[in-house]
Amino acid sequence: MQENDNKSHEHDNDEGHDAAHEDHDAVEHTPEHNGDDHDTHAHHHEEGFIRKYIFSLDHKMIGKQFLIYGLIMLFLGGGLAMLFRWQLAYPEVPALEGQEERGRGAKPLPIIGVSDEFQETGEPKTWADRYWMNVFESEETEWTEEFIPGGVMTGSFYNMLFTMHATIMVFFVVVPILVGAFGNFLIPLMIGTRDMAFPVLNMLSFWLAVLAAGVMVSGFFVPGGHASAGWTGYAPLSVDPTWTGVGWGMNLWAISLLIQGFSSLVGSINYITTIINMRAPGMTFFRLPLVIWALFIVAILLLLAFPVLSSALALLIFDRLAGTTFFSATPTGGGDPLLWQHLFWFFGHPEVYILILPGMGIASELIPVFSRKPIFGYRSMVYAMIAIAFLGWIVWGHHMFQSGMRPGMGAFFMTTTMLIAVPSAIKTFNWLGTMFRGSIRFTTPMLHAIAFVSMFVIGGLSGIYMANTPVDIAIHDTYFIVAHIHYVVFGGSLFAIFGGIIFWFPKMYGRYMNDTLCKIHFWLTFIAFNCTFFPMHILGIGLHRRRIDNPMLTEHLHGFEGMNIFISMSAFTLGAVQLILAFNFFWSIYKGKVAEKNPWHVTTLEWEAPTPVPHGNFVQIPTVYRGPYEYSVPGEESDWIPQAQPEHAPASAGD
Amino acid sequence: MMVQRGMEIAENRPFSNAKLGVLILLGAETMLFAGLIGAFLVYRMGNVTWPPLSHADIQLPRLVTGINTGLLIISGFTMFQALRTIQLDKVKYLRYYLLFTGALGLLFLVIQGSEWIQLIGKGLTLQSGVYGATFYVLIGCHAVHVLGAVVWLAIVICMSWAGRFSSVNHTGVETCTIYWIYVVALWPILYFLVYFA
Repeated sequence: MQENDNKSHEHDNDEGHDAAHEDHDAVEHTPEHNGDDHDTHAHHHEEGFIRKYIFSLDHKMIGKQFLIYGLIMLFLGGGLAMLFRWQLAYPEVPALEGQEERGRGAKPLPIIGVSDEFQETGEPKTWADRYWMNVFESEETEWTEEFIPGGVMTGSFYNMLFTMHATIMVFFVVVPILVGAFGNFLIPLMIGTRDMAFPVLNMLSFWLAVLAAGVMVSGFFVPGGHASAGWTGYAPLSVDPTWTGVGWGMNLWAISLLIQGFSSLVGSINYITTIINMRAPGMTFFRLPLVIWALFIVAILLLLAFPVLSSALALLIFDRLAGTTFFSATPTGGGDPLLWQHLFWFFGHPEVYILILPGMGIASELIPVFSRKPIFGYRSMVYAMIAIAFLGWIVWGHHMFQSGMRPGMGAFFMTTTMLIAVPSAIKTFNWLGTMFRGSIRFTTPMLHAIAFVSMFVIGGLSGIYMANTPVDIAIHDTYFIVAHIHYVVFGGSLFAIFGGIIFWFPKMYGRYMNDTLCKIHFWLTFIAFNCTFFPMHILGIGLHRRRIDNPMLTEHLHGFEGMNIFISMSAFTLGAVQLILAFNFFWSIYKGKVAEKNPWHVTTLEWEAPTPVPHGNFVQIPTVYRGPYEYSVPGEESDWIPQAQPEHAPASAGD
Repeated sequence: MMVQRGMEIAENRPFSNAKLGVLILLGAETMLFAGLIGAFLVYRMGNVTWPPLSHADIQLPRLVTGINTGLLIISGFTMFQALRTIQLDKVKYLRYYLLFTGALGLLFLVIQGSEWIQLIGKGLTLQSGVYGATFYVLIGCHAVHVLGAVVWLAIVICMSWAGRFSSVNHTGVETCTIYWIYVVALWPILYFLVYFA
């Protein structure tokens, strides 16, 4: 089978070469090097290790590269969260007697294995005490001495931790996995083509992302530490090192995001061109699977939103390195700190939908497959996504209610924000309608998809609260906001990512992931996730702001200390549980059970390709005869009809 | 095999991949300039007089830049003519038009550069408040785009000398023309905003 594929494909190439010749010549010199000619690279069929695994032009390999890149960054970003949760559970407490010399008169962080006497008095008793005392106070381990002197985190270290946690999670985990990995892997397979429109640009996109990650990580090692102005980089905190004490860390942060901007620019050009121009015969726009629609809309959002951030970042870099005053209101310079917030959130709000729309797309794939029913309201799903994407452009001001704006403007942003609830609810009810009276199979991907829908509902509902200007002014910067963002981005996007990985793993690597481990991972993640983030709603309503200063100094927060410890314990569990996924992922690549071609009985085109998918994807490019969700069609023997199966009766083609 | 290839892609393709890719790129470029122009407008609205009182003595060279604007617009026409000639398969004229266009683009950059040197001599620098900063960043960002377009054009000129284009095969000229005309069309907007606001 494998050999046959290769043969037929090479055959294609040899003859296709002449046909492609005209395009090839014309476009060779342009930056869009590959032009129309997606077949040429296939000539390097016997690729060496470097061409195959490192500088690969194959969309599937680039997708897997993005996936592993994103997972590595996930563990980095998650580790940062573990560190600041460690501090938050045990905030600075009023100094005990004789402890003033220990930094800020605070108790050192508790460490497993350390004796109680050491915690109380600071006198080492056991070897563990001495070891940790050595770590926190010796001259050789400089960074602990600088950032965690005497076992107590400094405020600036805490600022750096949460800034980098958010930056890494948003720009280096969720977008690369959802858009980079799933986009690259799925788009050509699901629309029925052999590769992306511009394979070289595709490779460039990945390696620019790696460069950006390298620059971002290098920021941890420069004097003064990494960026500490929040992932939003608000001016004037981000502009002047006086405020945060961060020098080159902040510059590297901005430069890294600029590079990431180029990466997503080339990526989105590639996605949009591919989806418009390279669909298989018969694959009309309204026969596209919903995840492709989601990625198409997201690519447009990325294309148009990221350049605005790039312009703001360029101005920020000028402010920091060339002495301009765009974002600092000096008497002679006349800059405007609020302008940064406008530019940032004009990018930032579409970015929020960039984070969630592909997750919605993945859920829309998984739910019909495992309910054995067509998706409920295919077209309304598409229009709802377009509506969400459009509304995303005119709501950015709702992040700035507290920054000061005319009440009329606040009312406008409040109304448009609430309008987003309508298309979101359409999508939610369509998912429920799909599951309603379906023959649901509770496979692990389906569990993740159901978790996605339910967590997204919680996150969406809390979003309506904070869209209200008066409510938002009260709960601004509290844990309520933290709970909301994590219910949407962890409960939403990450559950969709997990579900998507398990679902498409057989196509990616030709093997199953271990289902027992997957189920253990799912349930522990689901429980620990809710234990971590649900109590944060209560903290937020109790007006617990997110800050390192000891909240227990304020009387109305006294009751929350236990809850904070509980949240941190759940967070550590949540972090540890992800190791199961990591182990399962890498173990299954080599040792998993070998998968057949279409293990879940799915209708869409990616399952028509042989497993593992060869270079060039399809033995023969399929022709599409019907919509993507033909499950349990009345009068049919099989409960699923592949998109590529010719019509034998005048049935509705779903469009 | 032509037929086979044709069947492998969507039936309706009004644009080739390369052309579509460049058009999509222009969307992103527009948003980049929208961000910068938006910032400029915020500063302009925040000041009663422009230039602000602290730099009231600065006069931007409207006349020279106006002439320069004319040169750039002419280069847009010659670029368009280059595309027309290759569509009619006049390869020789293509080269002349491309060279003429490139020369106009370079001339534009040289005149802009000499203006900048004079302005810096008069004391308008990046550090002269938001007035100087927006001027250099906006105009400089456009100049970088012109430079990029000139480099791209230089490659197209080399290709045309190597005889790579014909009436049926000139995607390279076409994409470069789209980009060039975009950069040309952007300039009058920036010129009126920055020099006359």
